[in-house]
Amino acid sequence: MAVERFPIEAGHIMCFARAIGDANPAYYGALTGDGAVPAPPTFVQASAQFDPGYPLRPKIGEPWFGSGREATGRPQGGAGSGGGSGGTGLHAEQHYTYHRPLRAGDVLHATTKPGERWEKQGRRGGTLVFSEMVTEYRDERGELVVTARTVGVQTEKVPG
Amino acid sequence: MTTVKAGDVKELVLTEEVTRTQLVQYSGASGDYNPLHSDERYATEVAGFPSVFAHGMLTMGMTGRVITDWFGPEAVLSYGARFVAQVWPGDRLVATATVGTVRDDGVAELTISTTNQSGDVVLSATATVRTG
Repeated sequence: MAVERFPIEAGHIMCFARAIGDANPAYYGALTGDGAVPAPPTFVQASAQFDPGYPLRPKIGEPWFGSGREATGRPQGGAGSGGGSGGTGLHAEQHYTYHRPLRAGDVLHATTKPGERWEKQGRRGGTLVFSEMVTEYRDERGELVVTARTVGVQTEKVPG
Repeated sequence: MTTVKAGDVKELVLTEEVTRTQLVQYSGASGDYNPLHSDERYATEVAGFPSVFAHGMLTMGMTGRVITDWFGPEAVLSYGARFVAQVWPGDRLVATATVGTVRDDGVAELTISTTNQSGDVVLSATATVRTG
């Protein structure tokens, strides 16, 4: 993932706060015009909106794998969880480190690099493969604002 | 600044009932439009789940409220979570945060657990916050 421009907007923070059921007035500056509007701790996840290649958003003019006339717009057979991220990948863990408070008015950019990779024996005999992705969100001066570490897990088929 | 000591506990009801509409709201706000979270027909007929279910990040976002209600959004230095079990429409979620070590510089370590109406843990998290 590479996000070249992620503007932190008060209206976006308001919609995000509503979605997570957060009534903290600090997040509603777009309505009231009050003060500096802080971003909720998990807000940088919404950078997906600014990632041109993000696979879990319908692309204009392209088929989508959700339901329309049929239960999926994707050829049947290989569908499963994980959607456009490919295969049976699941989000296992998410970690954030905040280097300074993030507020409306900041403009971030982000780059993602692979991190560690490890295996664990699953309870049903298959192998679980864990892999990390580390995303650095920086401001316009290049200063680090948030580091995000995503751990995904892939289930490998039980032999036989 | 909020002053706390080891063992202090805060409990917060995150929602009396997770609704499908809330999953749609979170899809729209976050940009994660995976139909597993909003499209009942896809989730059941194609993916084989009993219904749509919540984004792990929605549960993590809701759980964050127990931290920010207590210490404020700008006191949070780190927040990490493990997605333990799926959250379904109809679930009632409660988050419990417990203060562990409070360091000399005022940084407190928290452990947080979010459970559903059956008492099952759905998300387990840690955070560090600036206090005092």
